[in-house]
Amino acid sequence: MAHRKKNRNVGIIGIGQTKYSSHREDVNQPEMIHEAVRAALDDAGLSLEDIDCVVHGNMELFEMVNQPDLWHVIGTGAYGKSEFRVTTGGTVGATIACVSDNLVASGMYDIVMAIGFEKLQEGHTTGGITNMADPLWFRNLQTGALTGSTAYNVIREFGEERAKRASLMYRIIMDKHAGLNSYAHRSFGLEFEQIDDLIKNSPKLVGDLKLIEMCSQSDGACAVIFACEKKAKESLKKPVWIRDHITVHREETFTIFGYDEKYPITHTHSLAAKRLYERNNITKPLEYFDVFEMYDPASWWGLDWLRDFFLLEGDEHLKLVENKEIMIGGKMPINPSGGVIGSNPIGATALVRVAEAALQVRGDAGKHQIPTPVNHALASGFGGTMWTVLLMLEKDLNW
Amino acid sequence: MEKRVAVCAISQIKNDGDYWDMRFQNMLLPCLESILEQTGVTFDLDKGIRDIVTCSDDVFDARTISNNGVTDVVGAHFRGEEKMAQEGINGLGYAMASILSGHDDVVLFMGHCKESQTESRLMNTNLAFDPFYSRPLGLDFLNANAFQAREYMKKSGITDDHLAKIVVRSRKNAKKNPFARENKSVTEKEVKKSAMISDPIRELHQWPVTDWAFGMLLCCEERAKEFTNNPVWLTGFGNCMDSYFLGDKDLTSNFALKKAVEKAYAMGGIKDPKKDFGVVELKDSFAYQLPMWAEGVGIADEGKGGKWIDDGGPDEQHVNLSGGMLNGNPIILGGVARAIECVLQLRGEAGKRQVKGARCALAHGTYGAAGQHHAVLILEK
Repeated sequence: MAHRKKNRNVGIIGIGQTKYSSHREDVNQPEMIHEAVRAALDDAGLSLEDIDCVVHGNMELFEMVNQPDLWHVIGTGAYGKSEFRVTTGGTVGATIACVSDNLVASGMYDIVMAIGFEKLQEGHTTGGITNMADPLWFRNLQTGALTGSTAYNVIREFGEERAKRASLMYRIIMDKHAGLNSYAHRSFGLEFEQIDDLIKNSPKLVGDLKLIEMCSQSDGACAVIFACEKKAKESLKKPVWIRDHITVHREETFTIFGYDEKYPITHTHSLAAKRLYERNNITKPLEYFDVFEMYDPASWWGLDWLRDFFLLEGDEHLKLVENKEIMIGGKMPINPSGGVIGSNPIGATALVRVAEAALQVRGDAGKHQIPTPVNHALASGFGGTMWTVLLMLEKDLNW
Repeated sequence: MEKRVAVCAISQIKNDGDYWDMRFQNMLLPCLESILEQTGVTFDLDKGIRDIVTCSDDVFDARTISNNGVTDVVGAHFRGEEKMAQEGINGLGYAMASILSGHDDVVLFMGHCKESQTESRLMNTNLAFDPFYSRPLGLDFLNANAFQAREYMKKSGITDDHLAKIVVRSRKNAKKNPFARENKSVTEKEVKKSAMISDPIRELHQWPVTDWAFGMLLCCEERAKEFTNNPVWLTGFGNCMDSYFLGDKDLTSNFALKKAVEKAYAMGGIKDPKKDFGVVELKDSFAYQLPMWAEGVGIADEGKGGKWIDDGGPDEQHVNLSGGMLNGNPIILGGVARAIECVLQLRGEAGKRQVKGARCALAHGTYGAAGQHHAVLILEK
């Protein structure tokens, strides 16, 4: 009874993204959303009439619109349809993918469209994030993803030089991947020869977290269409199946009074991974998955979390990066899309991970397509205080 | 739909005008403890609560990711948690889907809202409008609903007298509900003399500022008996979004409500809403909405809301015996409050307001200007 059988299978049949950019002054929020909605419908060969239900999510206080799905109906196409709005912070994009999966699997809706968006240009991102913390106790300490603690931990464990070089190596690989993705917000054309220079010269944000290692704030939207097995099999594109998903949250604050080895701060990631793999009988995740789209807000986190998500030991995760095994063509390609450091429209960011993982399974990722076959993909969301969502995508219905 | 979802337990604190001595975390804690005590449910990762659905609002809490502030008091530490950033009744629709999908067998659903904590409800609902055209005009849910009220009164023969009658009845019913906000009893004359705040809506025609929190334990059909001997079943749910600009829609057509109803009735097997429900709870944030939503869900005839009031429809059909939204619930939780009242009625635990032999109930919730988004839930004994 621990985890029951899915009532019916659910597949992704349509994917739409806008170009991610620091400024989209040419469109308002619903217009920007509609670009992604239209692209997803075209991708699926569907029209709005085919959609039974719309699931909407973003970060409410970032643009200061209360329940923006009400206004956005102009662009989402939810008029006259069932509509849910579910949010969880940075994880929200992954959450609405899980919600859509549940809504379709339940039998209540056959075709559901998840829409994640953010127009950070119209708000104040850091102000919004600071507002997340308790006004009495923690607000002056809460900076969201802008933290130097992971850099501190990795440096302490592996030594300054190796740690800093690995973080920059990860960063440059992401930059190279982003350069292949026409939707990506940022790609600077960085080269590995620049590692030493960037370690020295990139401005520090917090501790050893440097500007070059941090994600952007972007405008953009992503829409993904989910369908029940029957409808998915009739669809234009080959469906990508959602096998399972898991969400793990943790209490209100980061561990602010120092880091105890008994309670490692990233416990949520490994706990989620462990439970998800256990119930799906996956013993060697690094061998099982062909690609991982990770919500990596900064290169230190991307680097460090590889160990949590793949349940690795010692310095295996560092070696993966140092040996460029996380590049397209490597043993475990991470974020062929360029990841979150490349584009970060927060409410859409985690849904983009799911969308990009699905594109890889379908073989439709264009220039950043992995050359080898992709049968099993993993996508993650990050948000709140080290909250995590993991989704497993499959090419075939054979598990 | 062959499977049903059980409501195994509900808990709530009393609706209050201002819990000045409690933060919202304090309001939720007794709700959680009550659920644990009633059901013996645990947070065991295999057999207990693994996933939680919450409901709160960033703007009303003035906190980004408002659910972040309640992770510990809803037991979500190292568990899954998803927030309905919408009228809470939709959380029940979603929790239902999570269970029917097979992904979850037990779901804890908790929510809070402190309307008293915010500077102004009107300022907050003004933020629900687009920043370019509607917001600078000063639109908020009060004045937008006033347009609808005027149109609807014309269509269905509702007068200021009817509205006064509705308010007096709400306050009277609420006296029998120990969880209702404590309001002073009023006479029809007093209602008709209360200040006109946005014509034709008078001060006593709108729900008062209210703080509240609740908890619910939902479970798949197979496991319900582990947690309760007296389950109430969720058998139908539907919701629907209307268009945004007020000028784009017929304000009195109940378009979205009728669509939500169609879906919920089909799923719950409701044939004749006038006969099938023993209890009906409608989210009447404003007095004019009681007959208007009654028309929308089909318990009153189209365009005959005035006559329905005159004929004693609300009492005959057991509508809002709790006092309704009009007596006071927080804006985003009015629909859940309706559902919880239905659960109490179907369990036979509604005390002085108990309807004898009620077996099927309808709960309704809405959010947005002039009822832009509606949701309808069917509950059965």
